[in-house]
Amino acid sequence: MELFVCIKRVPDSAAKIRVAADGKGIDPAGVEHVISPYDEIALEKAVQIKEAAGAGAVTVICFGPAEATKEIRQALAMGADKAIHLKDPGGARGPLGVARVLADNIRARKFDAILFGRQSIDGDNSAVGIIVAQLLGLPVVSLVTKLELKDGVGVAHREAEGGTEVVEVKLPAVFTAQRGLAEPRYPSIKGIMMAKKKPVEEILAPAPSGRLEIEKLSPPAERAAGKIVGEGKAAVPALVKLLRQEAKVI
Amino acid sequence: MPYEAPDFYGIDELLTEDERMIRDAVRGWVEDRVLPVISEHYLNGTFPTDLIPEMAELGLLGAGIDGYGCPGLGAVAYGLILQELERGDSGIRSFASVQGSLVMWPIRHYGSEEQRKRWLPALHKGEAIGCFGLTEPDHGSDPGGMETRAVKQGDRYVLNGAKMWITNGSMADVAVVWAKLDGVVRGFLVEKGTPGFLQRSMGKKFSLRASDTSELVLQDVAVPLGNLMPGVEGLRGPLNCLTQARAGIAWGVCGAAMACYDEARRYALQRTQFGKPIGQFQIIQGKLVEALAEITKMQLLNLRMGRIKEGGKVTPQQVSLAKRNGCHFALEIARTCRQILGANGITAEYQVMRHMCNLESVITYEGTHDIHTLILGHAITGLDAFR
Ligand SMILES: Cc1cc2nc3c(=O)[nH]c(=O)nc-3n(C[C@H](O)[C@H](O)[C@H](O)COP(=O)(O)OP(=O)(O)OC[C@H]3O[C@@H](n4cnc5c(N)ncnc54)[C@H](O)[C@@H]3O)c2cc1C
Repeated sequence: MELFVCIKRVPDSAAKIRVAADGKGIDPAGVEHVISPYDEIALEKAVQIKEAAGAGAVTVICFGPAEATKEIRQALAMGADKAIHLKDPGGARGPLGVARVLADNIRARKFDAILFGRQSIDGDNSAVGIIVAQLLGLPVVSLVTKLELKDGVGVAHREAEGGTEVVEVKLPAVFTAQRGLAEPRYPSIKGIMMAKKKPVEEILAPAPSGRLEIEKLSPPAERAAGKIVGEGKAAVPALVKLLRQEAKVI
Repeated sequence: MPYEAPDFYGIDELLTEDERMIRDAVRGWVEDRVLPVISEHYLNGTFPTDLIPEMAELGLLGAGIDGYGCPGLGAVAYGLILQELERGDSGIRSFASVQGSLVMWPIRHYGSEEQRKRWLPALHKGEAIGCFGLTEPDHGSDPGGMETRAVKQGDRYVLNGAKMWITNGSMADVAVVWAKLDGVVRGFLVEKGTPGFLQRSMGKKFSLRASDTSELVLQDVAVPLGNLMPGVEGLRGPLNCLTQARAGIAWGVCGAAMACYDEARRYALQRTQFGKPIGQFQIIQGKLVEALAEITKMQLLNLRMGRIKEGGKVTPQQVSLAKRNGCHFALEIARTCRQILGANGITAEYQVMRHMCNLESVITYEGTHDIHTLILGHAITGLDAFR
């Protein structure tokens, strides 16, 4: 089983995010980066599938800056066998541009499945995995909570409104991981030591060709303080009035 | 709010990528697996045995040992593991220190090939647990006075005596027992279940409650001749083990101090009195500054100690200084931070008091504060003040 997992380097969810001076990006000072958590889930699942099969390989693919070697090593320490680092030449990018870079690189390779996280925790677009599938002409199942790959067929459970949808697809296929699919492991000391020796293919990627351009980033507005209109039953009329006239929600 | 480990002097930059990755893996594991359960274990006086396989899976047990399936990490990487474990609880770190430095280390360095093959892989994988029996009811700081005796009888050594305050003692599958054979201190491997060998939990402690502290009683315990560790004779055997463990303690207590500092700093920002956060009062700020300053010094001392240890040149006196200094200031920091938390500081909702109580053990075992003073005084003056 040849499994690809695409991982993205994102700011740690605990980091304090500030907009950079040019107003178009994030100020990198003091911001720790990590593998996007949903991508870690996808990676863990891929490693588990490979370990259970006792054969095959997990390749992580990362389109990211030179510093992403750190996240790539982390992924190798968590059990991936090799990595492809598509070095980001910089510049603006959107999901379509990134997906094109990934798809162009993946197209000529042999694989049974590509796993993504359902979304990255910085862009939150939930788009790249699905676009890659489209570009490669492959079936895609998103928000997967359970996955089995066997004999050229993938059976995926996905979250659907009010229930679970079970989808059967022919491999190769693309899957995007939802929370619950797997519990990412901590890299063991052995894994960390071995990661250094695993092969990383470095490729200078072309600048993404999407049409998205970031004009301006701004932090969300500070939330206004709440208002207490009164207590108990007596406050209800005033509250209803405010909800109607001011908040306009009822 | 997530833990913010103090690193005021950018010591992170002095670590290798491996060291940082290992540290972060253990930090994450402690956060997820130790912190949610440790208060309850502490209150109940139990050791979280279910965490042993997880520690083993991560490869933490005896991680500094070279060969026999162990990773052979450098002193800094190993120290960082212990720092993170003790950020969780001194009991967890003590478990790992005993297993790695006081059981696996002597077996690696003083054991026979057969003993190494039999025990090291199993101890690393957490399939066997070890303990180290040096202290006796009447001989603590002065282990040379030990009364436990071994006598050779045919194809056996027969051991008699008692050991007290033994970490991991009641759960150990193998005990490294130090006893006098013809008047000379030697190390023996005594297995659980050997007739006459009693392992009994001591209970009733106010400190290091999430740790197994036990007594070992040896009554005509006969072990095969092959259970004697051939590689060392005399008190330097156990003392060399202690040097290993003490280095780890210096790192560990820094982790406990970091946990207390981080908790107190956050509390000081969020707790309001007299209309402002208590962190705005100069006295509170002064306390936090003292804590941060001492933590920073500890971190630098530990790193330097680790690097010279990796170069094979560290002296037992250098290790004594780091152990002594670390325990002393970690305990000071824990006490001060506990006070910053006011009444909340005495509850199990917070960590400070647990660390504070634990550190009373840590400043006592592996050489009390004063014993390390005498070791260093001896080194400085050439005059032995022990006796
Ligand atoms: C929780 C816990 C776990 C432990 N785990 C282990 C273990 O796994 N294995 C093991 O072998 N031991 C273990 N110990 C024992 C520990 O190492 C001893 O308690 C320690 O060495 C001190 O010995 P003692 O308690 O007999 O105190 P004592 O030696 O009686 O000392 C009492 C006091 O006298 C002082 N003192 C002693 N001699 C002098 C001197 N010459 N000059 C000035 N002051 C002096 C000491 O500093 C101390 O303040 C553990 C102890 C504790 C509390």
